[in-house]
Amino acid sequence: MPDRAMPDRSMPDRSWRRGWCLTAAVAVLALAAGCGSAPEAAPAGGGSAGSRLSGTVTVFAAASLTETFGTLARRFEAEHPGVKIILNVGASSALALQISQGAPADVFAAAATANMDQLVRTGAVTAPSDFAGNVLQIAVPPANPARIGGLADLARPGVKVALCQAQVPCGAAGVAVLGNAGVRLTPVTLESDVKATLTKVRTGEVDAGLVYVTDVRSAGSAVRGIAIPAAVNVRTVYPIGVLREARNRSAAQAFTAYVLSAAGQRVLAAAGFQPP
Amino acid sequence: MTGASEVAAAPGQRPDPDRLVTGRGVPPVLAAPAAIGFCFLLVPLLALLVRAPWHGLAGLLSDPVVLTALRLSLECATAATVISIALGVPLAWVLARARFPGLAVLRALVTVPLVLPPVVGGLALLLAFGRNGILGRYLDSWFGVSLPFSTAGVVVAETFVAMPFLVVTVEGALRSADRELEEAATTLGAGRLTVFARITLPLVAPSLLAGAVLCWARALGEFGATITFAGNYPGTTQTMPLFVYNTLQTDPEAAIALSLVLLLVAVAVLALLRDRWLRTAGTS
Repeated sequence: MPDRAMPDRSMPDRSWRRGWCLTAAVAVLALAAGCGSAPEAAPAGGGSAGSRLSGTVTVFAAASLTETFGTLARRFEAEHPGVKIILNVGASSALALQISQGAPADVFAAAATANMDQLVRTGAVTAPSDFAGNVLQIAVPPANPARIGGLADLARPGVKVALCQAQVPCGAAGVAVLGNAGVRLTPVTLESDVKATLTKVRTGEVDAGLVYVTDVRSAGSAVRGIAIPAAVNVRTVYPIGVLREARNRSAAQAFTAYVLSAAGQRVLAAAGFQPP
Repeated sequence: MTGASEVAAAPGQRPDPDRLVTGRGVPPVLAAPAAIGFCFLLVPLLALLVRAPWHGLAGLLSDPVVLTALRLSLECATAATVISIALGVPLAWVLARARFPGLAVLRALVTVPLVLPPVVGGLALLLAFGRNGILGRYLDSWFGVSLPFSTAGVVVAETFVAMPFLVVTVEGALRSADRELEEAATTLGAGRLTVFARITLPLVAPSLLAGAVLCWARALGEFGATITFAGNYPGTTQTMPLFVYNTLQTDPEAAIALSLVLLLVAVAVLALLRDRWLRTAGTS
């Protein structure tokens, strides 16, 4: 088949190209038209708060909140059938940057107060509230190939350790914990968020990683957690806030209130989060 | 795929003078999308230039952390290109000239890394060459070789993503190359290896250089497969794209400047190559 198709390939090529260019031009125009009309179509809900919530709420959440906010979003949607929650999870610092660059978010939930403060300073968020706390744990593959028993073992030669990069909350916490314990080590990699660090442990590529207690719990039997003594551990606090530029303010406020409510706190506690 | 390989082969080949004559005046049907396309490609680069903190550029270029990442980027991309040439040119020859069942499937498989999201490519590499990978476990237990988190791992990730660019370009050139010269050489008594080295390779040299440049450029900008497979650590696996991404999280200004550094270095290298090699190869 390919042999027969080969000789005459160059011939239909020209007309094919012309057709393609036209298609591309039409596509570009359609795209431009779509972009132009989007802002007019966007505003939804807004008006009467409380009575009948509708539209979508875009929630930017720290990577460590992936599972809990998934659960919280599903339950909130069940209680408010007109509302759709769109979750965007990632490193808190990356999300804060996206928001400051104008990303269309309604709610921001960060894994560290520093990232929220950054947005409060610029006025993007007003009056955030703390909704959870978390501590670090050592995650190791289930078989624990390097026989890690505590923080000191991480510094043994030949032990491969993954940390979060210092710019993201779990990385800053990791540096602080190692500092408190007086452990000096050279990790093999600095991952961009806590879930990426957890993945390196889950795939067995590293012998250990420093992640949150809640990440170890969410991974189930895929990793094993080794507790870090409270004396050297670092507690991070998670703030949540509605953005000043929120397009669906009433629903965004309702979702934030739900996270802070007793029902929301139960979901967080079940995942291993501490009360704020 | 034919279209892609022709486009890819274009930079290395001199425009045919006959074609230039027919090229007087651009039909408006083409001019408008061409202009949109050009602007679309140019505006982001322009934005980078406009927003770049130029005053901080000199300081960055003397920062050892930046220089380490830059050196690592250039070394790894060059190593990936060399490996791609060594393995990719023979592969392109087989794909273009050999006749055996399943060749069409093989041809399609070679281009898979082109359409694969790089992060998925990195994951696939982990499953193959990682510590618990189907081959990686033996590399580790038999030879004590561990690719993830090593500079070699960066080269592997970049080669995986970039080599298809070279293969597709060279394969296209081999297919359209004049077979009569090779046949003439064979009738005159030249062996197959001699024909390949003395006739075939010079015939496709411009495309080979163009493919190598494409491959190098793709390797230089590689991000997804590298961070997934090789991780991110300054000095061993943190190339410029990873460093830019890291910096972007806390200091967008510095990230812009770093992007500009990478851009300038890439353009400088490409301009140098174009002047010194591509021109001579194209006119010969």
